[in-house]
Amino acid sequence: MNFPVDLKYTEDHEWVRVEGNIGTIGITGHAQGELGDIVYIDIPDESAELSLGDSFGTIEAVKTVADLFSPLSGKIIEVNTGLNDNPEVANNDPYGDGWIVKIEFTNPAELDKLLDVNSYKELIGQ
Amino acid sequence: MKKTLFYDKHIENRAKIVPFAGYEMPIQYPNGIIHEHKAVRKSVGVFDVTHMGELEVSGPDALAFIQKVTVNDASKLGPGKAQYSAMCYDNGGIVDDLLVYYIDGHYMLVVNASNIAKNMDWLRANTAGFDVELADISDEINLLAVQGPKSMVTLQKICNINMDDIPFYNYAVGQIAGFDAIISRTGYTGELGFEIYFRGDKETAESIWDAIFDAGNEFSIEPIGLAARDTLRLEKGFCLYGNDIDQNTNTIEAGLGWITKTDKGEFNGRDIIVRAKENKPKRQLVGFVMNTDKFIPRKGYKISIDGYQIGFVTSGNLSPMLNQPIGLGYVNRDSKQPGTQIEIEARGRTFRAEIVKLPFV
Repeated sequence: MNFPVDLKYTEDHEWVRVEGNIGTIGITGHAQGELGDIVYIDIPDESAELSLGDSFGTIEAVKTVADLFSPLSGKIIEVNTGLNDNPEVANNDPYGDGWIVKIEFTNPAELDKLLDVNSYKELIGQ
Repeated sequence: MKKTLFYDKHIENRAKIVPFAGYEMPIQYPNGIIHEHKAVRKSVGVFDVTHMGELEVSGPDALAFIQKVTVNDASKLGPGKAQYSAMCYDNGGIVDDLLVYYIDGHYMLVVNASNIAKNMDWLRANTAGFDVELADISDEINLLAVQGPKSMVTLQKICNINMDDIPFYNYAVGQIAGFDAIISRTGYTGELGFEIYFRGDKETAESIWDAIFDAGNEFSIEPIGLAARDTLRLEKGFCLYGNDIDQNTNTIEAGLGWITKTDKGEFNGRDIIVRAKENKPKRQLVGFVMNTDKFIPRKGYKISIDGYQIGFVTSGNLSPMLNQPIGLGYVNRDSKQPGTQIEIEARGRTFRAEIVKLPFV
């Protein structure tokens, strides 16, 4: 299973790509594998304000429904509207076109709590 | 945790393995649930359902005993015949749903994997006054379900009897790939299909598995996991024990009146069931289709009309064939008519749905 080394990870099986003060968030290859066929991703509109750990959306998969938790505090500046019509992209390309939201984060110290690729792999026993 | 003799085949096929009823079972393979589901509807798929339980009832009073513990009329069974039935408690609640086979003067009950011990206990508790012997032969029997429109042409290549001669809910004793087997025209998918019961070791099991896959190769035969087994049965409105039926539901409200033969004589739960039939049940298991494709109903969600709860969801999923979320649930008698507009509530939100006639597909 593929886990890009340049990303940060969370214990809730999300990934974060940090560019300046913007964090792009998606679910990991492990998460999409566990969920199986994703049929809908319910995410709030742009400009929603999130605190670390907030549940900000849900992923409906054939097998189960899972919450999305914000790995950072900040404001949603962009949502991936492409997932509305093609949610399976989160299965097929979880680190690329399957990204879910971009957050302008307000507390860079929170980045230190995220996992690096090795810690994440250890978490899922890879 | 137990493994079936097909475990290495599941690993070879890169199955995702989950614990289920004490077994390590394949929940899905890499192609995913929707793909597997469609493979069965359009061509043919193979399910390892060895975890199912097989209980043998024999002895001079076997028929009388089966008549007492099950709701269907077992006197209608003869050589080569199988029957869908249910066992009930005295209060009408369902112990389990099952298949009853009549085989050489005795009966084989095929029961849900998670209920094997409970069923054996219940059978034993009912033997007073009956000269019967009970045996749990679950660990001796391997079971593969081969299901889909191409199942017969696949199996015919490796079967020594004419499979077309086996009517629905009948079986024949024959050979598959040279090994003795019970070949039963039954299944849980609503498609043309067969269930193959056989004894034997790992070598035998793998030989049969390989022979089936070789025979089905031209039809792109695939292994199918438990998750697609669930979506396939749901589309046909078949009940799943633990979801749609359990010890708190009776067969009438579950829509299983057609297997409940109240005129056959005394049986466990009969009084309650007769009353339920006469008075019409207060609630009924119905099917519904969501008006949105962005929400999947799941067990336990509330069913309401104008905010007033009228029932609850017992099963739900995406229908791969309709590409729409569907569900089963109990609703008040007054609200059971197809066309009734309902709401499903979850996570503080409500989603519109409509009651429809079963099956969905």
